[in-house]
Amino acid sequence: MPQIIKDGVIVDDTWQRLDAEALAALQALPDGPVIVPLAYWQAHRESLKARGDVGVCLEPGEEPAALADDFAALPLVAINFPAFKDGRGYSYARELRTRYGFKGEVRAVGDVLRDQLFYMQRVGFNAFVIRADRDIHDALNGLRDFSVTYQGDVNDPRPIYRRH
Amino acid sequence: MYVYRPHDKQLLSERVAQFRDQTRRYLDGQLSNDEFLPLRLQNGLYIQRYAPMLRVSVPYGMLSSTQLRMLGRIAREWDKGYAHVSTRQNIQYNWPDLEDVPDILAALAEVEMHAIQTSGNCIRNVTTDEFAGINAAEIEDPRPWCEIIRQWATFNPEFAYLPRKFKIAVNAVPDADPALIGVHDIGVQVVHRDGETGFRVLAGGGLGRTPMVGEVIGDFVPWPHLLSYLEAILRVYNKYGNRDNKYKARIKILVKALGAEKFRALTEAEFAELKDGPMTLTADEVDTMRGHFSTPAYDTALGQRPAALEEALASNKAFNRWFHTNVTAHRQPGYAAVTLTLKKTGRAPGDITDEELDAVADLAETYSFAEARTTHQQNIVLGDVRQDQLFPLWEKLDALGFATPNLKLLTDMIACPGGDFCSLANAKSIPIAEAIQRHFDDMDYLHDLGPIDVNISGCMNACGHHHIGHIGILGVDKKGREYYQITLGGRGDKVSKIGEKLGPSFDADQVVPVIARLVDLYVEQRKPDELFVDTYERLGIEPFKERAYATDH
Ligand code: HEM
Ligand code: SF4
Repeated sequence: MPQIIKDGVIVDDTWQRLDAEALAALQALPDGPVIVPLAYWQAHRESLKARGDVGVCLEPGEEPAALADDFAALPLVAINFPAFKDGRGYSYARELRTRYGFKGEVRAVGDVLRDQLFYMQRVGFNAFVIRADRDIHDALNGLRDFSVTYQGDVNDPRPIYRRH
Repeated sequence: MYVYRPHDKQLLSERVAQFRDQTRRYLDGQLSNDEFLPLRLQNGLYIQRYAPMLRVSVPYGMLSSTQLRMLGRIAREWDKGYAHVSTRQNIQYNWPDLEDVPDILAALAEVEMHAIQTSGNCIRNVTTDEFAGINAAEIEDPRPWCEIIRQWATFNPEFAYLPRKFKIAVNAVPDADPALIGVHDIGVQVVHRDGETGFRVLAGGGLGRTPMVGEVIGDFVPWPHLLSYLEAILRVYNKYGNRDNKYKARIKILVKALGAEKFRALTEAEFAELKDGPMTLTADEVDTMRGHFSTPAYDTALGQRPAALEEALASNKAFNRWFHTNVTAHRQPGYAAVTLTLKKTGRAPGDITDEELDAVADLAETYSFAEARTTHQQNIVLGDVRQDQLFPLWEKLDALGFATPNLKLLTDMIACPGGDFCSLANAKSIPIAEAIQRHFDDMDYLHDLGPIDVNISGCMNACGHHHIGHIGILGVDKKGREYYQITLGGRGDKVSKIGEKLGPSFDADQVVPVIARLVDLYVEQRKPDELFVDTYERLGIEPFKERAYATDH
């Protein structure tokens, strides 16, 4: 079974992520936890909500606002980084946590690399699917690059001047 | 100046370790070029024509003597004995080896310096007036606000992968713009209203390919909300900035595309959520920051214009000239600010050697509370010099070649490294600067002309700020040959204003004669005490165009 980093440790990944193309080729959604694109979720919202084991993947340009009414029914929101340089997902993750108070899993997928993990966990990601050609154990070290931060973040909103 | 607390030191040492490991992984082949690129850029490291270029951060331009000496040591040990003062008050090295950069960073960290976010698509070094804290015209010292912004911006996790680089400047002088806030991604103007400090916040200014002056987005942001407001703007930019086209990715394009109204509405919506939240500034924290920039131990018994100064002014013509050009009034009676011009003919503007850095460190120690400042015009300021010490200081500066009395005059040019070092250049800039300096080498004539900003860039990226030069010179490439386009009427003196193109570009050997003709026209047409750029504004571009392209001259 593939592995991911979740809550700071390496674990087996039980989720299956299906893109639009994969979904089109299927008769019906498979059993077990699946992650679907936003458009698919929106088209089948009611039945997917009822299942309780369906997560949504946001692409750059698809803001969390699109899920504003659905968070109670969502166990997982994934945010895709088609290229690690596209930083929109950082603001999306932060909004998921602070604006919508989303408590479920926020998962970084796509071009996810060690040197971005420290930032990603600070904006609210708690799960990382490391790019397949990279060593996940090495990537784990990226979560511990710093012990000091100036600004508040999703895990501790207090900036350093309030942390006495 | 800001003195590191233990956590600042800890952060820097962890950064050095992180970058050392990133460099190791790159050299081992574990990181591709593409992956290493933003990592090294966020550490100020470019790969250039001949070698990497390392840009060291100088927050709001402040340097201690200890730091100056370290900059000298780095130039000596790891570079070719030179450093370069940049138009954003940073220090650049043109010849370090990639393998050595972690050691250079470790050396910098010893003196509370770094290269964090000096490049790359993140929030860059915050800049301000080089006379911050000593300028009699400012309403308060902008540097505590700069430091507050610096800390918020440093490794801000949400804004490390922006659509494009992001530059913030702060100004506290009313009715003037010495920090060039009009041409920054965000410009912060410190204002007082009904006894309360707040900020007028501009967004969407910048030079480069599409030069623009920023729009007022926040009319009055009360001080506790400074960071929340900045964060709101950055979030709007991060979400909606263009990422498909590098040339349309700056915030200025977004502000323009949406219109200031819409941009303001989006910002206000984000701000509404952040306002009064945990990032709200506290009076305690602001006081702590102010404490870092407290007044040095001035001798408060000093009077203005002591006898020693008056005597020297009366007896020494060269000193007198320098005094009237390179010395700036100070808010503290009996003190003055002195600008060391790094504009000696034959030397690239802004270049400084290792020995000179050491010498400046010594002079700062003897004459200016061991502090110096870099300027966006690529010079260095000793900010707190006793007026009765100006003469002995001048003698030493003169011996070192830093007393060229040309501050703000035509030969005090801003010039980027251009084709001699920069792989993006369309044309050379340094030889053009030198040709201008050689032609206009008569000090009496220069002084008669008065302040004229000449700014030169080797390509449209505008590192030499050509758009805001009274006379701007831009290197362009036509069918593989180098030409120079001239703009007139730009301003970066009292206000920021983008210059107008004069017309078709010129051959390299035409640049000096054309400038000479433009200057002649000014001399013929000026009213008493009128600056070149004011005469230009009064007459408009036509007569200048005619004169520049006249062949019978
Ligand atoms: C030699 C290596 C350098 C490279 C490769 C380089 C590259 C660039 C690029 C690509 C831009 C354009 C960004 C945009 O799209 O607006 C730019 C802008 C700029 N550069 Fe450089 N640069 C170099 C050196 C310098 C130096 C030596 C200085 C200072 C003397 C400098 C100061 C600036 C400034 C102030 C801008 C800002 C223009 C604005 O406000 O938009 N750069 N540089
Ligand atoms: S303006 Fe162009 S040539 Fe000059 S330093 Fe910038 S990128 Fe290089």
